[in-house]
Amino acid sequence: MLEISDVAKSYGSGGKVTHALRSISFSIAERELVCVVGPSGCGKTTLLKCIAGLMRPTRGEVVLHGKPVTAPPEEMAVVFQEYNRSLMPWSTVRNNVLLPLRHKKLSKDERTRLVEESLEAVGLTRFIDHYPWQLSGGMQQRVAIARALAYQPLILLMDEPFASVDAQTRGDLEDLVLRVRDEFGITILFVTHDIDESVYLSDRIVVLTHAPTVVKEVVRVELPSPRDQIATKELPEFATQRAYVYRLIKHDTTAPAPSTLVGEGLHD
Amino acid sequence: MRGRGYETVKVAAEIAVPIAIVVIWELWARSADSQFWPPPSKIVQEFNDLWVFEQFRSDVVPSLMRILLGFGIGSAVGVAIGVPLGMSLWARKFAMPQIEYWRAMPPPALLPISVLLLHSIGNLQKVSFIAFFCIFPVLLNTIDGIRGLDPTLVDTARAYGIPAHERIRRIVLPAAFPQISAGMRISLSLAVIIMVVAEYFSSTSGVGYVLLISKNTFQLGPMWAAILLIGVIGYVLNLAYMLAERRMLAWHRGWRAATPQ
Amino acid sequence: MASATQETAATHLSGPEPAASETGGPRLSGALVFVLSFAFALLFWQAFSASGLVREQDLPSMTATMGELWNLVQTGSFWAAFLQTARGWAIGLGLATLLAVPIGFVLGLSDLAGRAFRVPVEFLRPIPSAALIPLLFLTLGPTLESEVFLAAFGAFWPILVQTMYGVRDVDPVAIDTARSFGVPTRERLWRITLPSAVPYIATGMRIASAVALILAFTAELFMGTPGLGKLLNYAQSYGLTTQLYALALATGALGVCTHVLFTAAERRALRWHPSQRAEAV
Repeated sequence: MLEISDVAKSYGSGGKVTHALRSISFSIAERELVCVVGPSGCGKTTLLKCIAGLMRPTRGEVVLHGKPVTAPPEEMAVVFQEYNRSLMPWSTVRNNVLLPLRHKKLSKDERTRLVEESLEAVGLTRFIDHYPWQLSGGMQQRVAIARALAYQPLILLMDEPFASVDAQTRGDLEDLVLRVRDEFGITILFVTHDIDESVYLSDRIVVLTHAPTVVKEVVRVELPSPRDQIATKELPEFATQRAYVYRLIKHDTTAPAPSTLVGEGLHD
Repeated sequence: MRGRGYETVKVAAEIAVPIAIVVIWELWARSADSQFWPPPSKIVQEFNDLWVFEQFRSDVVPSLMRILLGFGIGSAVGVAIGVPLGMSLWARKFAMPQIEYWRAMPPPALLPISVLLLHSIGNLQKVSFIAFFCIFPVLLNTIDGIRGLDPTLVDTARAYGIPAHERIRRIVLPAAFPQISAGMRISLSLAVIIMVVAEYFSSTSGVGYVLLISKNTFQLGPMWAAILLIGVIGYVLNLAYMLAERRMLAWHRGWRAATPQ
Repeated sequence: MASATQETAATHLSGPEPAASETGGPRLSGALVFVLSFAFALLFWQAFSASGLVREQDLPSMTATMGELWNLVQTGSFWAAFLQTARGWAIGLGLATLLAVPIGFVLGLSDLAGRAFRVPVEFLRPIPSAALIPLLFLTLGPTLESEVFLAAFGAFWPILVQTMYGVRDVDPVAIDTARSFGVPTRERLWRITLPSAVPYIATGMRIASAVALILAFTAELFMGTPGLGKLLNYAQSYGLTTQLYALALATGALGVCTHVLFTAAERRALRWHPSQRAEAV
């Protein structure tokens, strides 16, 4: 449903040009959960912003359901890393989740229903009239996720959403993402620097090189569903796949590809 | 070493020193017996005589009205201009030289012109004069507040396709409000000062007018009472504003306390 | 927040980033925009007065006013007045600084002194200095002393308050470190407290500078102390409208000069200090 073709992004002009992204191409199918990982500074956030329509790429295009993305499309919602800066501190949780719905053609009851349902899906019904800053980091991020869900997008972009959250909460939030994908049937593009997280969550992983960035490899993850923080991570396959991805990022390609992996080769 | 005892000393000083000052002033003024420097007791008496009932309606009320109207209109205009300037780099670059010029202009320099242009020394002239100068602190702070808008918030608004008028109403203005409010507090104090100057220059009513008349008729009693009243008005208005601000910005305090800066 | 981030946020609001060579283009220098801005304003004025919406007697044309200003600038009396106002401003501001900084230090450093004088300060602060004009007129008369006293009285408070803030805002860790190394009090004050307070004092002086100028001018306008204010009063009394406008513009220019001077000084003082959210006035 989402095609990224030859997307490139450069800054500056004349002599001082920085090529953040050289050429990125991959695609995402419906209901897939695809992670994007890569070394620090490889432009993951830049890529996400180009896909989200927040930035225009220097070259190439992003096509969603056949239509090119030039501005943030209605079928897409974004969850940012800094939750305390993307939520409005002067509004309650309810009104934060409500905001994107105000300009959609919905009745008042519909809006209320969506807000309440999405907050229930993330388990925050009790806090609906609190202010975001009264909640913990993990809970604030859940509000951001609820806001994205209420928006009823077809595809959800998440930019390292759990990087600023403590490890145990992160596990809960990862499971929340998986549950949300199953319940609501949305497609998810998840940017992260945490390799374990990417293997745990994904159907496929897009591994990037460092700048000027291209797709090094798209790795299909063959782990049983439903995933479990303990059981899945105990599997030997988890370790091998994790190691494979890790080595890809560290440029070590001497290890043979394990049999459970199907690599999709290099995209240039 | 510091301790409980020291704290008591401080509290005692806090109470004793102001009282001591007033007492010393009273004693000195009584003995000096100068008509220019009446003792505090006499000033308070004049204050009561003059303001508490006598000329409250005829002078205090018009002055207060002018302050509040001028402040209100000036602030509204300041925000209205500040929002588009805060959001557009080029509009700002173009407008800033003008703004910097007018905000540095000493208000009394424009007094004769304001009387001339508006053909009057009535309320319209007063209010518009006050309003004009109240624009600038609010305008500048509005611009500052909007420029300081968090980019993540802006990205969020764009990602969700929130239309411009909703963005301004529900994101830009609330986010900039703490800064705007600081500007408004300055404007309020400014309004008091400008009111006094404007009324002193040309008016037929108001506290500044009383100040002028008392000078012309060489009446020090009412003059001191007027000075005291102006101080009280400034203090009370500032206090009222701070209380209102505290309510409106409760979310801001909570957020700052909870968020590591 | 760094100003770079602020600029980005502002441009973000107007739409997605333009591709490749974005903010390049018009390196339309600040100076050119500056000139254009004033040119536009002046032309607007000319057009407005030509339109006849306001009578010539009330609003002289831009060209007439500029002509008058040009004439004024060539007269000795104008510059004498200009310098007189500047003098009143400078002495008043200087006096205020000389008093407010040391007192501010004492009140800021000593909790006892600060608290003892808190009420008197809070009580005297809100009194607009302008209200003292009639009193000064009757006691000291239309002299330089009145003007200086007025300017100094008004300028005193912002400097005092800011100095107190600055002194109290010193990083306690820095002080404790110095103490534990046995640095004597005077050294501590000189090397840690003072540099830390300087940015605040600079802010206070910027505010005070504007206040002092307004008060010096007001004293001249109302009391007749020699200076630009007195010239303005004269022009008004004798119906010299064009001169009225020209003088107002000249006064504005003086205001801009002092403002620019102290803003630049403040910026330099703030350069190495972690940013404090100063009010934008």
